[in-house]
Amino acid sequence: MTTPGKQAGLLLDEPLIFERSRAGRSGVAVPAAAADAVEFLPAELLRPPIEGFPEVSEPEVLRHFLRLSQWNYGTATTFYPLGSCTMKYNPVVNELVARLPGFADLHPLVPDDAAQGALALMWELEGMLADVSGMTAVSLQPAAGAQGELAGMKMIRAYHADRGRPRKKVLIPASAHGTNPASAALCGYSAVQVQGNRIGLIEADAVRRAMDDDVAALMITNPNTLGLFEREIVQVAAAVHDRGGLVYLDGANLNALLGVARPAHMGADVLQFNLHKTFSTPHGGGGPGAGPIGAADTLEPYLPTPRLVRRGDRFAWSDDFPRSIGRVRSFHGNFGMLIRAYAYILAMGGDGLAAATRMAVLAANYIRKRLGGAYHLTYPDTCMHECVFSDRGLEPHGVKTLDIAKRLLDYGFYAPTIYFPLVVSGAIMIEPTETESKETLDEFVDAMLTIAREARETPLVLQEAPTRTPVSRLDEARAARHPVLRWKA
Amino acid sequence: MRFLPHTEDDIRAMLDVVGVGSVDDLLATVPEELRSRAGLSLPPGLSEQEVRSRLDAMAARNNTGATHAFLGAGAYPHFVPAVVDQILQRAEFYSAYTPYQPEVSQGTLQAIFEFQSLTAMLFGMEVANASMYDGASATAEAVLMAHRMAAKRPRVVLSRALHPQYREVVRTYCAGAGSVELTEAPFDPAGRTDLDSLGASIDDRTAAVVVGYPNFFGVVEDLGRLAALAHDRGALLITATQEALSLALLQPPGHYGADIAVAEGQSLGVPLSYGGPGVGLFATRNAFVRSMPGRLVGEATDGAGRRGYVLTLATREQHIRREKATSNICTNHGLVALAVTVYLSMLGKSGLRDLAATNTARAHQTATRLTAGGRWRLGFEAPFFNEFVLRGAGAGAAWAGARGRGVLAGVLLGQWYPELSDALLLCVTEMHSSAAIDDLTAALG
Repeated sequence: MTTPGKQAGLLLDEPLIFERSRAGRSGVAVPAAAADAVEFLPAELLRPPIEGFPEVSEPEVLRHFLRLSQWNYGTATTFYPLGSCTMKYNPVVNELVARLPGFADLHPLVPDDAAQGALALMWELEGMLADVSGMTAVSLQPAAGAQGELAGMKMIRAYHADRGRPRKKVLIPASAHGTNPASAALCGYSAVQVQGNRIGLIEADAVRRAMDDDVAALMITNPNTLGLFEREIVQVAAAVHDRGGLVYLDGANLNALLGVARPAHMGADVLQFNLHKTFSTPHGGGGPGAGPIGAADTLEPYLPTPRLVRRGDRFAWSDDFPRSIGRVRSFHGNFGMLIRAYAYILAMGGDGLAAATRMAVLAANYIRKRLGGAYHLTYPDTCMHECVFSDRGLEPHGVKTLDIAKRLLDYGFYAPTIYFPLVVSGAIMIEPTETESKETLDEFVDAMLTIAREARETPLVLQEAPTRTPVSRLDEARAARHPVLRWKA
Repeated sequence: MRFLPHTEDDIRAMLDVVGVGSVDDLLATVPEELRSRAGLSLPPGLSEQEVRSRLDAMAARNNTGATHAFLGAGAYPHFVPAVVDQILQRAEFYSAYTPYQPEVSQGTLQAIFEFQSLTAMLFGMEVANASMYDGASATAEAVLMAHRMAAKRPRVVLSRALHPQYREVVRTYCAGAGSVELTEAPFDPAGRTDLDSLGASIDDRTAAVVVGYPNFFGVVEDLGRLAALAHDRGALLITATQEALSLALLQPPGHYGADIAVAEGQSLGVPLSYGGPGVGLFATRNAFVRSMPGRLVGEATDGAGRRGYVLTLATREQHIRREKATSNICTNHGLVALAVTVYLSMLGKSGLRDLAATNTARAHQTATRLTAGGRWRLGFEAPFFNEFVLRGAGAGAAWAGARGRGVLAGVLLGQWYPELSDALLLCVTEMHSSAAIDDLTAALG
């Protein structure tokens, strides 16, 4: 099981659950079946008990997963400045309300009159998201930001097809998330890159030059992934609209806009809301999030179905939207996440949301200013909710962005997003969010300044980091060359 | 605002460091024409106590406890051991994100590796990914994957006995995505995909056949013959399972040679939650792994020879490959996959199979009782797992009558299948007490 001496203090060794198995153990007592399945089903349809499935008692299962949890950094335990992901605090009360039996035990196919509480919540949440964004209508169906993007691009394709030609191309800034070109490709479009100017912004002139009658849409993130507000956004959108194109606004960075500017006024025809970013639902180690979409008048008829409609004081699901792109997933969306986002917006209120954005912007600029002397800032101007540094200038010391990130782990912080956006070589993308105190920001800044000094004086310390973690650097190249993707009995 | 820690002094000190007089100065890059129209009209914030009581009241307006609901059709009521939610409420799990830094994400990574292993075993397949959004979108991704792999074969055949919402999502995903031609194969009087019609519709332009296993009617398809039909003509077989518990009892898709197997994993430790979030399980052959969508975790070693886990084969994914990625999916359903992992670890080898057998027995016993009086007959004669179709004149009125007596007698199939307007689809699991089944029998007469 464990190597003597390997298990020390809080660095607990923990095998795979399969390695904890002992024949004959179980974590449950299942009520005995009144009869054997073979009475009801032909024997040749039945499988024997699954070879290799765990056989572990309840206390051992609990201990196994609790120990695993202790190998994770999370926002609840430490500062997690992962750029573009908005790792804000997840209010605990949201976990509680999402588990209320009236929500958790609700079957998705109950008649609408038996789900009026859920539908009222969704109706109100649609309204809240419409207020924040200025969009005409909202669908809560998409399961994630990327699925919202896919739905939005399908809507754009349907819009153009209705006008006789779906068109062929989508303009995407070089600084965009990879999901943008991937979503466009899934809708049969080829991605055409638009370069930003020397201060990292997209210019209306550049868009005008790239626009023709084959461009279906521009996908643009605002603020962009450099943390900069696209100052010409209104003119950029007009340039697209003038040639009959549409604007997909990637709402990944909406946390910088609450009460500051509405995407609809920027010219957005459709956008996605990442509820796990801006609206505090937990990131869950990678999902489930939720990716509702908002549409302007242009695209409202194409929103996914079913859509929520109001009849007097009752709510109902309706499929009566003939131009809809249809469903992107089963049932009604990631309802459990919608509850959490709704509870968060209630708690914050309009003033709280506006304050959150302002504090997020202040925190990012504070970090930008305090680290600007020690790390290269690609675009030194004022930023919105995140800022992007790089490892430029550290080459003579043999130190790279990866080394800086790994050393941060030793100091007890999660690392920022690294090597993204692609337009910045060796990028270090820091998003502090509004829920971190000035003391925490100062501790992080001190760690980063110490690392900058170490990079110049003792670079080996960085290259060998991390050393205060359950494992040190793992050989990812070898893991990809010889993939072991599962345990085998 | 209780989630925001900044005092007036903090704000002033930070502004001084930044060298501006106010936060507004930092927002100067936003054009005034946008700023002037940006005020939110949402009401002021609420205390935690106010949030609680507001949500309590909304939850109470959902009529969940007052009725016996024999509803399945893609979402299943099952008992979840307390350990599962205890683990899900560990903030170390729920407040982490994508494990880009493996050294401080081993909890998430090892759990996903265990999930991938369990999923592959459950399907009897070689390899599984770290999960997708749900069963429906996993099915659509499987169709797109098969279509990519068989570049010269544009056609995909969907069984009409596949969950109607899954078919709808496949259609949405395929609209405008290259040149996928979707067709449907009918079901036979026994409730299975009609092999003769299917055989006639598969040709050398067919990339894949998609069937439900068990299908929407709860019926166990003849996967052996379906696989042979598809493979004889060089097409792939994709299976989609909406009730994952069935795979603990039924021979798995891999046993019959399925090429891609997907499922909705909600049955395995995840609350109904009005249909979301669920989790999509996705498995395939080793040979196809580089065409597979979604995230993957693999085993690795560190400099000291210690075992650990990392995200791997990421060159398939959007953040590396951009427009050439195998999917636009950016994450997985990590926390729900964790629920499945804990649940399967709890039930384990014998518990899971016993539970599946219990489901089968109770559903069959209920079906026998309901059909004993002559008012109802079984819709299909093929073997079923824990869901079955009941047919009889006046099904709609009978459903409404049962509802009046506090029983939700499944779903009316006519809303998806006009030819089944006299049919109900009912589901019976370990959650339905003998008293509830008595009430159902009485209510349906």
